[in-house]
Amino acid sequence: MRRQHPLIVAISYLTMVFLYLPLAGVAVFSVNAARRGMVWKGFTLKWYLKLFENDWILEAAWNTLVLAVVSTIIATILGTILAIAMDRFPWRSRTSNFLDIILHIPVIIPDIILAASLVVAFGLLRLASSIFEPGLLNMIIGHITFQIAFVALVVRSRLVAIGSEVEEAARDLFATNWYLLRKVMLPLLMPGIIAGAMLAFTLSLDDFVISFFTAGPESQTLPLFIFAAVRRGVTPQIHALSTLIMLITVVLVVLTERFTRHR
Amino acid sequence: MKRADSILTWYGELTTRQQLLKRGSLLLTPGMLWLMLFLVLPSLVLVVVSVVTRGAYGQLEWTFTLENYKRLAGFTLFGWTPDYLMILWRSVVVAFFTTLVSVILSYPLCFFIAGRPERSRYMWLTLVIIPFWTNMVIRAYAWFLILSPELPFARLAAILGFIPDGAPLYPNAFAVYLGMVSMFLPFVTLPLYASVERLDWALVEAAQDLYASRVRTFTQAILPQTMPGLSVGIILTFVPAMGMFVVPDLLGGAKYMLVGNLIQQQFGASRDWPFGAAISMGLMVLTMIGLQIYRRKGKEIEVI
Amino acid sequence: MNPNQDPTTDQGLTVKHICKQFGDVIALDDVTLNVASGEFFTLLGPSGCGKTTLLRIIAGLELADSGQVFSGGKDITRLPAIKRQVNTVFQSYALFPHLTIYENIAFGLRSRKFPDAEIKKRVNRRLEMLDLSPMAQRHPHQLSGGQKQRVALARALVNEPDVLLLDEPMSALDARLRAQVQEDLRRLQRKLGRTFILVTHDQSEALVCSDRLAVMRQGRVVQCGSPEEVYDNPTDSFVAKFLGAANLIPCTKAPGGVQTAFGFLALDKQPSWQEGTVAIRPEWIGIGDKEPERNGIRARVTEIIYRGTNFDLWLEPGPLRVRTSSYRRIDPGREVWLELASKELVILEDEAR
Repeated sequence: MRRQHPLIVAISYLTMVFLYLPLAGVAVFSVNAARRGMVWKGFTLKWYLKLFENDWILEAAWNTLVLAVVSTIIATILGTILAIAMDRFPWRSRTSNFLDIILHIPVIIPDIILAASLVVAFGLLRLASSIFEPGLLNMIIGHITFQIAFVALVVRSRLVAIGSEVEEAARDLFATNWYLLRKVMLPLLMPGIIAGAMLAFTLSLDDFVISFFTAGPESQTLPLFIFAAVRRGVTPQIHALSTLIMLITVVLVVLTERFTRHR
Repeated sequence: MKRADSILTWYGELTTRQQLLKRGSLLLTPGMLWLMLFLVLPSLVLVVVSVVTRGAYGQLEWTFTLENYKRLAGFTLFGWTPDYLMILWRSVVVAFFTTLVSVILSYPLCFFIAGRPERSRYMWLTLVIIPFWTNMVIRAYAWFLILSPELPFARLAAILGFIPDGAPLYPNAFAVYLGMVSMFLPFVTLPLYASVERLDWALVEAAQDLYASRVRTFTQAILPQTMPGLSVGIILTFVPAMGMFVVPDLLGGAKYMLVGNLIQQQFGASRDWPFGAAISMGLMVLTMIGLQIYRRKGKEIEVI
Repeated sequence: MNPNQDPTTDQGLTVKHICKQFGDVIALDDVTLNVASGEFFTLLGPSGCGKTTLLRIIAGLELADSGQVFSGGKDITRLPAIKRQVNTVFQSYALFPHLTIYENIAFGLRSRKFPDAEIKKRVNRRLEMLDLSPMAQRHPHQLSGGQKQRVALARALVNEPDVLLLDEPMSALDARLRAQVQEDLRRLQRKLGRTFILVTHDQSEALVCSDRLAVMRQGRVVQCGSPEEVYDNPTDSFVAKFLGAANLIPCTKAPGGVQTAFGFLALDKQPSWQEGTVAIRPEWIGIGDKEPERNGIRARVTEIIYRGTNFDLWLEPGPLRVRTSSYRRIDPGREVWLELASKELVILEDEAR
């Protein structure tokens, strides 16, 4: 361990304070009995309890969850198959470059452009069928679209890490294609698939922009709810909701770290 | 050139190229079809819509025109206003400075974490990751509290005359920058850390012996080695920052609009999809330019 | 060049006129070899000589551009790997990390749907044979390098292949372990009586393990024969220097022997060329105080290197390397007589100049 320049240490601590100060503020005021203002009126958990009485919030939470689960499942399946297709076949370099670019689009492009194009696309699809009204279906479709890319990238890096020797060994040991897939490829790929799925899940829970542009009146998610609420004015209830979400994030992060470290 | 029906071995399987590609295409279809349908096609539609007219009630009228682009460039009925171009430019500037400040703060932070004993490193990284994964709406509005009039920051600004007495320290440019940097800092720190962790300190120490100044030590020994992580961090910050709309909306208000807000307006209240599409294309162009510069700079720095 | 004049059999493994190119690089150039059934055969050569490519072609993991592969008389050239009765021990073992040792070994049997009882019998037998029984329920990452290698062996052998292929199996082991493992491998092969084909760049490994070996270079077989044959009678300087050490002496043919920079050296046989090279291994050079009757060279020791089992002396003129037993320490500066006995001088037939 090298001795560290005090300036570096100081800046680092200040930076961390900078990162956490606003979040700490929200957490502190979520347990403040005062309805408004910055005065401290005592510790209370009543704002948290009020959350569970708030139908809007409960509905938004449910929507958020349903959206995340459904889109993650579909995106993981599609993304995994896509990753295998891209990595394990002898494409000409032009083809594989093209596929690669398409895969990187959602990652590189600002998501507001994706959102705008989805709005326009759904607008036109609406002329064909009314199921494309702004709502949960549109949101699911939007989420899946960017999730596929992330899942595919994660799974593909795992495929590359697995390499070819294990597959050749399996064939040397008389495995048919199907046997190889079931008994060797998928088990070895599973950590990557799960990592991709967790990434997709978190991205969906957190998403604001795509959801904002594709949501309908019945399909508020928590981020959308909070956004609408704070524009009207911050309340302790919102702080409570936010703090709760932050705690869940912490739990998810720690769980993910545990999982990826374990492997 | 390999013939399509030539036999080969592929991962130990004896088969023809044709069969493999057939199988591959089958597997490729679901994912690629989806991406084509909901990613590529909509983007192309967006381009088309950008040259279309807005009808009286906000619907699309299929008369082709370059009006939207002209408007973006500032040519309205009442002469030339640079308003929209200003917004585009401002987004670039904000994104640039956000990235710059994030990089400046990330390096010390990364060195700090890398210098920690093994066990606490994991803890520090988790501390950086938690805000990274926290919802951006929460992270943005949380500044309302810190910048509120009762707290010393706003009070100080009032005393110094920057804002009227009793006013919060938002919405304004400063608040937007605060919000942006706090939002994107982990986007630089985390990839950069991956490179800093692998730094060959022996090289750095050798450079310190060779060069008198710290600056040269940094540019010659540290910067090249951390380039991979740094470039990922820069790209993951600069491009999304240009299109950011939550932070400027909450912390900048109507006074400090960025491209994201402008686009959102067209798809929301103004219901002017063609214009919104044109602005998106403008942002797209900026993104492409940014990516190109990034790639060129990357090559330049490799030469050094 | 006629590398193949060995027991041709209809059993065993034969490759005929194998050619393989990767892009512009010629990996194998018209290679023909016979491996008798039950033989321990080694492909020896520096990296890039094509030996691993040849092994993979035999395994079915690579397809030759032209040529044929026969096993037990049958043409298996176009047979896919899963249909060949050939199994491979890979260089990095390629054990399945998600399976236990037991399941790793059982893999080739399970994939062919052998009944559980039969699998249990066979796997346990191999576990015992290779001292792996206590590890049966562990996973590869819990094992040492040597143990992983034995698992890879067991995994291949349990399928009772006609030919067992080993791709540089010792390269991941440390030097001390290697010598022991080489002998163990040899004993195992003798006990099983199965055909083994080993690929290595380590010449001592080739000498210890093989019944016969083929020295390869740049996609061609340079010389083929038993270890003693190839060691005692290398056909060119590459083989002479690749297997053990050799002093190479350029010379011209003269009546009864050759003319060299050291003078005339008598030979037992006449070389086929006019100008060429003869070789003599360091341990075959006699060293003493008296001038020998024939083929004597007066030389001075310039350097002495201690190797534990022996000394290596460097002498001028030459430079010549001579190996003496560790009892005879001769210090630098001493003048001695060297005898390059005619029966020890090897004519490098393929090294005409």
